[in-house]
Amino acid sequence: MLFAVVANRIAMALLTLAGVAVVVFVLLRVVPGDPVAMMISPGAGPADIAALKAHYGLDAPLLTQFWIWIKGAVTGDFGTSITLHVYVTEVLASRLPATLELAIAALVVAVILGGGVAIAGTLMRGTIGETIIDGLNSILLAVPDFIWALALVLLFAVAIPVLPLTGRIDPELAEGFATKFYLTESILTGRFAVAGDIASHMIMPTLALALPLAAVIVRLLKQSLKEAMLQDYVLLARIKGFGELRLVLQEALRNAIGPTLALTGVQFTFLVGGTVIVERIFAYPGIGNLAIDAVINRDFPLIQGLVLLFGLIFILINIGVDLTVASLNPRLRHG
Amino acid sequence: MPTDTAPGPPSVVVRLARDPKVIVAGGFILVLIVIAIAAPLVAPQDPLEQNLLNATLPPVGFADAQPGFYFGTDGLGRDVLSRVIFGTRISLTVAFVAAGLACLIGSLLGLVAGFFGRLADAMISWLVSVWMAFPPVLLSILLVAVLGAGLHSVIAAIVIIDWTRFCRVVRTETRAQAQMDYVVAARTIGFSRTAILFREILPNVLPVLIALLTLEMGIAVVVEAILSFVGLSVSSDTPTWGGMIAEGRQIVHEAWWVLAVPLAALFATVVAFNQLGDGLARSLDPVLRR
Repeated sequence: MLFAVVANRIAMALLTLAGVAVVVFVLLRVVPGDPVAMMISPGAGPADIAALKAHYGLDAPLLTQFWIWIKGAVTGDFGTSITLHVYVTEVLASRLPATLELAIAALVVAVILGGGVAIAGTLMRGTIGETIIDGLNSILLAVPDFIWALALVLLFAVAIPVLPLTGRIDPELAEGFATKFYLTESILTGRFAVAGDIASHMIMPTLALALPLAAVIVRLLKQSLKEAMLQDYVLLARIKGFGELRLVLQEALRNAIGPTLALTGVQFTFLVGGTVIVERIFAYPGIGNLAIDAVINRDFPLIQGLVLLFGLIFILINIGVDLTVASLNPRLRHG
Repeated sequence: MPTDTAPGPPSVVVRLARDPKVIVAGGFILVLIVIAIAAPLVAPQDPLEQNLLNATLPPVGFADAQPGFYFGTDGLGRDVLSRVIFGTRISLTVAFVAAGLACLIGSLLGLVAGFFGRLADAMISWLVSVWMAFPPVLLSILLVAVLGAGLHSVIAAIVIIDWTRFCRVVRTETRAQAQMDYVVAARTIGFSRTAILFREILPNVLPVLIALLTLEMGIAVVVEAILSFVGLSVSSDTPTWGGMIAEGRQIVHEAWWVLAVPLAALFATVVAFNQLGDGLARSLDPVLRR
């Protein structure tokens, strides 16, 4: 039953999140740097430090601190950011849309690019074209987003300086938005000049995140497509006189897509994880960039909130993938 | 391949020696190792020597280039090529030590989870799923922040993060092997469980493990570069590719080569480890061999 699968996955997800919460909490409590000592002015005495610690609840016993934090986290209260002096939940809510837009754009680009090349490669199977695609792809498979991002900097910011190097939007245009989903909102409200500016900021980080995933899709989808093209139903359709492109798109693709879909889902979590460093390189104001700042500044409440948020996103993606795969596979659906 | 006819399949060594991926990529990594060991002899300049009069000299072949500084100089006038050459030392140290330790710990846990099953399996699998819920880059930055910047912390962070890769693969492989006839036979003869695990199963998991280890070395090199880039790896006096990349990123409009040269080195190294891993997997894996 699908319901049992869902219930089981949610139970597992909660157990995993609890593990994540414990790990990050314990990790932060063994940090040698004292966040309060870092933020207080040099002239402050021990009494001031104690008062500030009490203010952030850092003077309570560890178990009490953990209990308070977990109790808050369950109700969506992650405390106040030590460096930004704003509720963690507010900071996360204002930064998350930028990362979501970036990650989803990268996913779409990766699927289109990877799918397109896989289909082209299938059509060219057995020719020199396929050999070239395979050879290039085996190299691209090795290249992580970090290297892509910097290579794109060299290409589009230095060699052919056509794209903005940092940020998400020209600051002069970043006004009059009702939400933080700048790209989606500007498209929906018909402000295409603004949307174009946002898109030009997003091209490099999007490509850096998309290209490694596209390479993975090319390899697996092309292999599945080639196997499907040898099946009887494709032969039958071929006898009926279907063209090669139609055979691939209509007959083979439908049967070959399953494994690629499952793998793409898993790889999407890596893509989201990759936003941390890619956002850093392009000074893109999402949660990934924020996370590095939070760690460097020892902003405990913010780090804890961010890590749990990432964990939650990863788990939601995994559940989504499992459900999609289960609903596509009739054997699992009734299993 | 007609492996069932007369002279029999070629030995592993012969297969490895015939694989162009193994030859080229393995050769490249061997050269890197030699360069790392012989860095003071190979490097044309002192990698730490600053000379502000020589700052941001372009590579040889461009206007204003100076002989002896083949790939130009950085913002402090240090020779880029020499710094990249010395940077191989950190990159390769991290590649071998961190990937090796992650392999050791992950494989042991994977063997235990896959072979003993039940409670051990449930606990280790839960631990893996918790680990997988962390973005790896964020976890590594967090760990190094906790442990304090430096080479040891970087290695520890990579081991703590990447043992799960080995654990998952070895667990799956061990479970598959544990079902096979030879394991059942060994058990019937009266071999102890530990003996079966290390003398029967481990050798059969080894090919997959070696290929994975090679891939992991490439990943470790990138993670070290990322941590250097964020400023959390070794002190800025020691040349590292990531540190150079970070500096190059800052002055990319004035001196693109400070970014391009270490990035090219990183790219080539990662691709080489990856291709070598691919080649090894193909030559060593009994399933793919057929």
